[in-house]
Amino acid sequence: MSLGLNIFTVLMVSAGAFFFLAGTVGLLRFPDPLTRLHALTKADNLGLGLVILGLLPQTVSLLGGLKLVLVWVLVQIGSSAASQLLARLALRRP
Amino acid sequence: MIDAFALLLTILVLVTAGWIAVARDTRAVVFGFIGYGLLLSLVWVLLSSVDVALTEAAIGGGATGILLLRVAARLKVEPHPAPGRAMRISVGVLCAIVTAALAAIVLTLPDPAPSLAPLTAEHLASTELGNPVTAVLLAYRALDTLLEIFVLLLALIGVWSLGADRYWGGAPAEWNTGMPAPALAFLARILPPFGIVFAAYLFWVGADEPGGKFQASTILAAMWLLVVMAGILPMPQTGGRRIRAALAIGPVVFIAIGFAGIPMAGGFLAYPEGFAKPLIILIEAALAFSIVAALTLLVAGPAEQAPRS
Repeated sequence: MSLGLNIFTVLMVSAGAFFFLAGTVGLLRFPDPLTRLHALTKADNLGLGLVILGLLPQTVSLLGGLKLVLVWVLVQIGSSAASQLLARLALRRP
Repeated sequence: MIDAFALLLTILVLVTAGWIAVARDTRAVVFGFIGYGLLLSLVWVLLSSVDVALTEAAIGGGATGILLLRVAARLKVEPHPAPGRAMRISVGVLCAIVTAALAAIVLTLPDPAPSLAPLTAEHLASTELGNPVTAVLLAYRALDTLLEIFVLLLALIGVWSLGADRYWGGAPAEWNTGMPAPALAFLARILPPFGIVFAAYLFWVGADEPGGKFQASTILAAMWLLVVMAGILPMPQTGGRRIRAALAIGPVVFIAIGFAGIPMAGGFLAYPEGFAKPLIILIEAALAFSIVAALTLLVAGPAEQAPRS
């Protein structure tokens, strides 16, 4: 059982790390601000989401797991608002 | 494993510092500086100084970062004319001397370094606190903390004195003219409840764990600024009675308790036996008001609108 959970953790965290890597590559390679934002938000929500999903089976307490999920939710709110603001700025001065 | 991470982090810090020194775009440099502050706070975590890490992230990265961003947005002198060769060489030489001097000092430190840590731990029980950093800040070296809040207020007076006479006591310039972005207004309604709860937690836990009034106040100031930026609250009046009272209450309470210590406990800023913790919490709460007001007004800047009466 615990081996299965550990495998799940490794798979999910690795998948999350892949999205962070892809997001970084996109940030460096994409041509304009909007596509770069697109790449970054993938790292934020999918990358971090998968990492946290992978870490959930490793938490000792329910409260700890809830905190992890809350971290993800807060990052979602923060990063979506930030990318909206950046996109507005990018559209205003091309 | 930890060494590899430390090495990677050190390289990142150095590269970021170097990039900040050579980059030309003011706004990009400020963003670099914010990232640099976050990297430095990771370094402090690695050194097991979580208190310093929290302060570095809050003040070094966050508060200073937004202060510099606001300044950069209002400078409007870009692109800079490149400084002359003589200027660049002399700045480089001076910086190299400072770095070499710092390195020499660090390398000549006796090993093991002189430490007051055992003494701090020994008397921790008499302060009724669990976090030795808080004990140092508010019991052993309370005078330093008292002077710190004065430095903050002096900085604010310095900023205020940059404003024109006719605006004295008025509000600072609006954050941006025109409609604030809907996303910002949304964030400014969602985030403050979380920020307030987290600040209260940091404040309370500071007695026994890493945290404390300074970090908590920075979060509250950030929440206030966010709400102002989104246009939900107006810019605070620099001459407002309540805000002036908030600025004054911290030092006033601190000094009052300090002088009360002379007859009660036999020394300035000494706490009577058994009352250390309640008094420390009282001082921290009063200081929190002052720090929140001071940080918010520092970022807001000098008055640039006629005072509303």
